[in-house]
Amino acid sequence: MKYLTEFRDGALAQRLAAEIRAITTRPWAIMEVCGGQTHSIIRNGIDQLLPEQIELIHGPGCPVCVTPLELIDKALAIAASPGVIFCSFGDMLRVPGSSKDLFRIKSEGGDVRIVYSPLDAVTIARDNPAKQVVFFGIGFETTAPANAMAVDMAKRQGLKNFSMLVSHVLVPPAIEAIMTSPSCRVQAFLAAGHVCSVMGTWQYPPLAEKYHVPIVVTGFEPLDVLEGIRRAVAQLEAGEARLDNAYARAVTVQGNLPAQKLLEQVFEITDRGWRGIGTIPLSGWRLRDAYAGFDAERRFDVAGIKTQESALCHSGEVLQGLLKPNQCPAFGKECTPRNPLGATMVSSEGACAAYFNYGRFKEGQ
Amino acid sequence: MEFNNWSCPLPLRDYPNIVMGHGGGGKLSAELVEHLFVPAFRNPALEDLGDGAVVSVAAGRLAMSTDSYVVRPLFFPGGCIGDLAVNGTVNDLAMCGATPLYLTAGFILEEGLSMSKLGGVIERMGAAARAAGVQIVTGDTKVVDRGHGDEMFINTSGIGLIPEGVTIGPSRARPGDVVLVSGTIGDHGMAIMSVREGLEFDTVIESDSAPLNGLVQALLAVDPAAVHVLRDPTRGGMASTLNEIARSSRVGISLDERAIPVNPEVQAACDLLGMDPIYVANEGKLVAIVAREQAEAMLAALRAHPLGARAAIIGTVNAERPGMLVARTAIGGTRVITMQLGEQLPRIC
Repeated sequence: MKYLTEFRDGALAQRLAAEIRAITTRPWAIMEVCGGQTHSIIRNGIDQLLPEQIELIHGPGCPVCVTPLELIDKALAIAASPGVIFCSFGDMLRVPGSSKDLFRIKSEGGDVRIVYSPLDAVTIARDNPAKQVVFFGIGFETTAPANAMAVDMAKRQGLKNFSMLVSHVLVPPAIEAIMTSPSCRVQAFLAAGHVCSVMGTWQYPPLAEKYHVPIVVTGFEPLDVLEGIRRAVAQLEAGEARLDNAYARAVTVQGNLPAQKLLEQVFEITDRGWRGIGTIPLSGWRLRDAYAGFDAERRFDVAGIKTQESALCHSGEVLQGLLKPNQCPAFGKECTPRNPLGATMVSSEGACAAYFNYGRFKEGQ
Repeated sequence: MEFNNWSCPLPLRDYPNIVMGHGGGGKLSAELVEHLFVPAFRNPALEDLGDGAVVSVAAGRLAMSTDSYVVRPLFFPGGCIGDLAVNGTVNDLAMCGATPLYLTAGFILEEGLSMSKLGGVIERMGAAARAAGVQIVTGDTKVVDRGHGDEMFINTSGIGLIPEGVTIGPSRARPGDVVLVSGTIGDHGMAIMSVREGLEFDTVIESDSAPLNGLVQALLAVDPAAVHVLRDPTRGGMASTLNEIARSSRVGISLDERAIPVNPEVQAACDLLGMDPIYVANEGKLVAIVAREQAEAMLAALRAHPLGARAAIIGTVNAERPGMLVARTAIGGTRVITMQLGEQLPRIC
């Protein structure tokens, strides 16, 4: 396929890896921000092509991983309510709340449906006027425009039975939080390509300058990731720290302006809790007052739900690159993919799940 | 869809939809058998219409298998629940090294199911049985209240005869053996997914539903003793099947991802949904683990068969990592392919 198989070419990948080896003289810790990039790294074994000095730290960019436990408990409570059709992206269904997950709610009689777009949930609402239809609106800047459009569409259509449980989070404040952490080990970032295709790259040069950290906008196919790493290492070795766009076929400086306009119209910046990390100021979006009628947290009585994260789980330190998953005391003991304590063990791109599987391989070697 | 071509014989025409009486054991049930099942499945054992079928088989070892089919929608590109129900059980028998002979068919119909849809399914079932060289010799029909079934469920059970000298089993993979696949993977699962979820792609992805007993015969003809393990990777895909074999045989399995055949449209659909074809279901493919000395001859035998044109050698069995499935990726890295916990879920990003 055009623009896809070309970026999976084995020979070119080996050449890029050789270039990275050639220019690397010292150890460097590079964080890939996006969960999609982590997935690609594990799926393709990209980390094994790199010289030993290059350490990849899996960042907090998996939306499934950073959605707070409390919000998942709210989702479960709403989904279990009579007369509700609860719609979600597929991989949120297996994320455990305090006591169960959405699959369990479904087996107990809840109407939980996997959709591929929030607009499908609007259609379901239109077709089921006697039901309350709720969409679980999570994710970074990438998924936000479609969610904004769904809410706006529901408003225009005058739908009274559609609402959204919103937990949107933003990449730049997360980068800032990581860089200001006293124990920060990250020396360069691979920024999330699809986030930048929406938001552009203009938010990043000030961060690169302020924290003197190279930021390379990077795609998701194996060659994209390797090229992102190559450019990050090149900057690190040269002592540079600037924004570089290694995903120019999808990303421009200004980004997708109509999408940004819609986001501005529907959402406003708010403080957000990140699972395992805690609250980061001004790090997310919530619905503006004009759309408050579509806020599921207001429509359903879930304000009283307060949940503490597991004290055993160190996923926050893992997400910040402070701890390797297998350095967590609960890793592989209390916490496994079958009985995950934190979302990093649940999601297929979660750092802990990836380590659990890869670790088995290493032990077997 | 094809069921529209089915012309409803009298007196079934009086009932455009299934009613409770069609499962009541009375005249309506008898009409269904006489005008629908018998003409579609036609064979002497069935036409006796006894409480059970009486068949003759040669002395030897028998393989038995049963499976239930609950697919939605009933008709999909490349097949329907009817041919799936025949091919599925035929394939389970074939994977024991058996020559499938006789099937039973149990139907659970939902009140209100359209007669022409049922007719279409039964007609395709009969055609699939003829194509696989098996006879459907006895059956049963029940009707459940509207809302208590998903249009129709089918169970098929079957028996087959295992030829002398064939000992195939999930624990017989040995270090040094070679892993073959009979064609492209992931077609069935993505075909179902694309119609079920209303995903529209430029090309229609068709299910690979097919009987595999012909391919098994071709392999056994090369050297029955050299065929160690046979499996058809249905739910959970090739990843689950090979993990199960690795565990049963206490061996490691190494795959070369570049060698695994995948249709480009299946790969594209998987990319779009964040899925991996190696975990996606197949209904007309087999995985064979064979002795290394015969691997090339087995590959040639598969490729000479119409259903095996894209067969490939995809990996080897080793002693180093018992119970583990490891793949060399297209760019030269490695990854562990684990057993999935549940079904594969579309990813958010």
